[in-house]
Amino acid sequence: MNMRSMWLKRSLLLPLMAIFTAVACGTGSTQNAGTVKFLGVWAGAELANWLAVLKPFEDSTGIKVSYEASRDQDAILTSRVAAGNPPDVAGAPSPALLTTFAKQGKVIALNNIVDMTALQADTAPSWIKLGEPLGDGKLYQIFAWADVKGLIWYDPKSFQSKGYNIPKTFDDLTALQSQIKSSGTTPWCITVNSGAATGWPASDWLKEIVLSQSGPDVYDKWVAGTQKWSSPEIKQAFQTFGQILGPGGSNVYGGPAYIVATDFGAVGTPMFQSPPKCYMLNQASFITSFFTSAAPTLKPVTDFNFFPLPDINSQYAGSHVVAGDTFSMFKDTPQARKLMQYLTTADAQAIWVKAGGKLAVNKTVPISDYPDDLAKESAQIIVNTKIAKYDATDQMPADMKNAAWADLVKFIQNQGQLDSLLADLDKVQAAAYKT
Amino acid sequence: MSVAIATRAESTAARWSVRWIVQRIQRSLLHVAVLGLTLVWIVPTLGLLVSSFRPTASILTTGWWTALSPPYQFTLQNFQDMLAQSNMGTAIFNSFMVSIPSTVIPVTVAAFAAYAFAWMKFPARDWIFLAFVGLLAVPLQLTFVPVLSFFVAHGILPDNLISIGLPPWVGLWLAHSGYGLPFSTYLLANFFRNLPSDLFESAEIDGAGPLTVFFRIVLPLSVPALASLVIFQFLWVWNDLLVALIYVGGAPEVAPLTVNLADLTNSLGQGYQLLTAAAFFSMIIPLVVFLSLQRYFVRGILAGSVKG
Amino acid sequence: MDFSILLQDIPTLLLVVLGVPVVLVGYIVGAEFLVRRLPDKNRPQVRPWIWVGPALVFVAAFLMIPTIATLIQSFNDNHGNFVGFANYVSQLSGFPSGGAWVAIRNSILVWLIFYMFFVLTFGLAMAVLFDRVQYETLVKSLIFMPMAISSVASSVIWKFMYWYQPAGATQTGTLNAVVTFFHHDPVAWLQDEWPNNLAILNNLSLVTVAVWGFTGFSMVILSAALKGIPTDLLEAARVDGAGEITIFRRVIFPLMMPTVVVVGTTLVIFAIKVFDVPYVMTNGLDNTDVLALRMYNLLYSSHNNAAASAVAIVLLVAVVPVLIFNLRQFRAVEARR
Repeated sequence: MNMRSMWLKRSLLLPLMAIFTAVACGTGSTQNAGTVKFLGVWAGAELANWLAVLKPFEDSTGIKVSYEASRDQDAILTSRVAAGNPPDVAGAPSPALLTTFAKQGKVIALNNIVDMTALQADTAPSWIKLGEPLGDGKLYQIFAWADVKGLIWYDPKSFQSKGYNIPKTFDDLTALQSQIKSSGTTPWCITVNSGAATGWPASDWLKEIVLSQSGPDVYDKWVAGTQKWSSPEIKQAFQTFGQILGPGGSNVYGGPAYIVATDFGAVGTPMFQSPPKCYMLNQASFITSFFTSAAPTLKPVTDFNFFPLPDINSQYAGSHVVAGDTFSMFKDTPQARKLMQYLTTADAQAIWVKAGGKLAVNKTVPISDYPDDLAKESAQIIVNTKIAKYDATDQMPADMKNAAWADLVKFIQNQGQLDSLLADLDKVQAAAYKT
Repeated sequence: MSVAIATRAESTAARWSVRWIVQRIQRSLLHVAVLGLTLVWIVPTLGLLVSSFRPTASILTTGWWTALSPPYQFTLQNFQDMLAQSNMGTAIFNSFMVSIPSTVIPVTVAAFAAYAFAWMKFPARDWIFLAFVGLLAVPLQLTFVPVLSFFVAHGILPDNLISIGLPPWVGLWLAHSGYGLPFSTYLLANFFRNLPSDLFESAEIDGAGPLTVFFRIVLPLSVPALASLVIFQFLWVWNDLLVALIYVGGAPEVAPLTVNLADLTNSLGQGYQLLTAAAFFSMIIPLVVFLSLQRYFVRGILAGSVKG
Repeated sequence: MDFSILLQDIPTLLLVVLGVPVVLVGYIVGAEFLVRRLPDKNRPQVRPWIWVGPALVFVAAFLMIPTIATLIQSFNDNHGNFVGFANYVSQLSGFPSGGAWVAIRNSILVWLIFYMFFVLTFGLAMAVLFDRVQYETLVKSLIFMPMAISSVASSVIWKFMYWYQPAGATQTGTLNAVVTFFHHDPVAWLQDEWPNNLAILNNLSLVTVAVWGFTGFSMVILSAALKGIPTDLLEAARVDGAGEITIFRRVIFPLMMPTVVVVGTTLVIFAIKVFDVPYVMTNGLDNTDVLALRMYNLLYSSHNNAAASAVAIVLLVAVVPVLIFNLRQFRAVEARR
């Protein structure tokens, strides 16, 4: 408002100025002393939670966070950074884009800005390592909130009425799958449409299988681009996913056309129909909000619950794929430093945790802060997990990631072309990691 | 005016004569064609309209047409949620502040240029004109980085503009004007070029200068073309999201309505049912512009002037 | 919702609404005033530049210079080393399915032909038919409405149209409800690469969205041109006993031809640079890629400016034939007067 009234007074001069020339004379930036410009992706219902996180920060420091959201972050942030007009701080739902800017030297190392001792004490080492994507010991990103992937959601009531048991091993799972199928219903619901990012939910399946089947070393090499897609391990993971899909996608409600055409958020709808059209689905912890917005009467634990995807190889028991929200600093201002410091604290992270839908990266956020039993259980998984690995495709170069998503869609549509898809992915891999 | 043909056609034949019956059938066929075409066209819009009054759960499980039969389950929730956004007033104001100059500048500048392209002789005229048309094909994304770099280097950013007493949207106005000029110039030059040349000759004999010819003859005769151009340029700017996000950003003090409406859905795409309500809300102003300019689409502007 | 700010800021709004035209008209009047001071023989040399000058400056700054930069970039790699045609070679290798070929085919064949044909035909038909009914404004507004809907919202609408549920389940998509009513299996409109993996059906499904959204454009402009046809010409033809179809073919259509060329040219260019609809609905999946989308993804997702520039130049080269056609038209009009 302040800004506006000042401009109102001065703009009385406007008609007198020839805009074409006057405009070019404006020099000298007048950075408002107490503002951080922040560009993120949170909007809609999430926005209230994000603003609630910022409120104590603004109240205690007097710094105003000027927030803008865009789901077109790739285009907006890339253009603004390239043109020399980045925000002070940016937040992203995955590290790939921010890593690109770290490589270009556009973001500021945080080692002297955040309290590293506290960070190391409060955060699992893997999150810190993830914030050092260049491997030069410099921290370019901090993580605040996480999702845990590889949760198999089911409706306890229909499991009970059919006498299905929670599978403990992967063999149990495939046995249950056949049991459900023989009763005449498709066991799985899978939907992978996500507009411009179509295919990612299928990539979650693949990542979880790779990690649980072949272990963290293969997974890391795969992320780094040194594990070929056509290698036996990755190929086997595809085949295991094919086992879940069934021949021609016959284990999945609606078959390939429905899988690809339907929004990932609508995955649960057939499972909650009566009678259910499918009994299980695999999605990250955030999916509960989609369940309840589509059918507000559903209650956690009684109407939907989850079990972790059973271990495929007992050698790598208790492994989980996680993903999280990450932050980078583009301009080194005292206000931006304070905001980065604040976001690492348990106090900041607990606010969104309490509101529901996110898990804290900071270990000192107490489990009791989580709003319901399912959230507490997922938080436990993050804390107790022996092998936690960050979402593989989100760490790969964008070309690799996009090719993986697209080829997984093709795999769902026609599993017979696996070898040619893997050859294609090898080709992309050879090119994508070069630059 | 548009009914002239209709009334005339009916008056040519005596009642119940063969010709009268044929004309009657032709009229009915005309109405069937017009209404049929319109009906097909509005089915998607109708689906959107109905859906905007439906609860999310029903949108996901049943087709929109089922809502048209009992039991009725309409709700205003989507509209309420959309309007509950705190800074809608500011956003609408900002949208006007962005759209009006971004329409006036390119249309005016294009009219100047189109007049020169159509009725003046200068070296390389045809080639410059072709370049204008060709630049219509430039994908705007290509221009973001060079133009924004220029703005950064010369302080044409919202904060700086406010501090020197200019509206924060000046950069955006200039950019939209640049992007809108190829089409505007192309359309107007074509229209101006096809005006009868005797008009210009007689004006010249009367000793009228280019200013008089432009403001007294060319502009009044081109009102339908100018009106359609204003409609489209306004519409494109009003509905633009990306260009605004690049040059002024999405901060609530400066962001147009489209930014607010895009923010209705969260980062996972949840809440898209609110977009159904938003679509109708954001349509109001362009429709008002369209309807208020309708009266310039009348037959005979040119005919009258030629005689006068 | 707080609308009070609207009232509070009305003075500033008025200031801008009045100020901007004042500056623009002031420019042309002032410049003409100066031109008149010049000696007689210099005036015709200076005057045209006064009139096209502002437009030239705008177009040069916002479109021409970035395009030249793109052209240069297309011959360099991402580190600024000259690589000749390497970027083009990599985009144009692997015919018919590698590189940019799928996008080229879709943009330059499928989109150009179908999009232009349908938008132009429907637009012309509507302009001519609606002109003859009393409720013209109403039907025109209804056809125009989709133009006023943003691409994101129209993707929501068409989601309702194209929604796919498996055979046997209740169809929630309008088109599949119709299709299954006639006992046909539901169709996955945006994935189905009918016929024979040529991906015509899903591309046409996307074209349909754009045609629906953009026909209002050609209808409005063609309708404006139609209203510009002197009534006495039509009267004269009718007095001569010509039927309505003959009048359309012999009088209306020839007089509208210049406008049809303008609209057609614009549509060809828009078809070649189409981006929104494929971006929000399929992002190029199942062979629905188009040139502008490929460029966008190379630019912002792959961060590969060199490749993106080469694709952009291919896109720009594709419109050259239309420009040549226009030049001929342009000179023909010139010769007639």
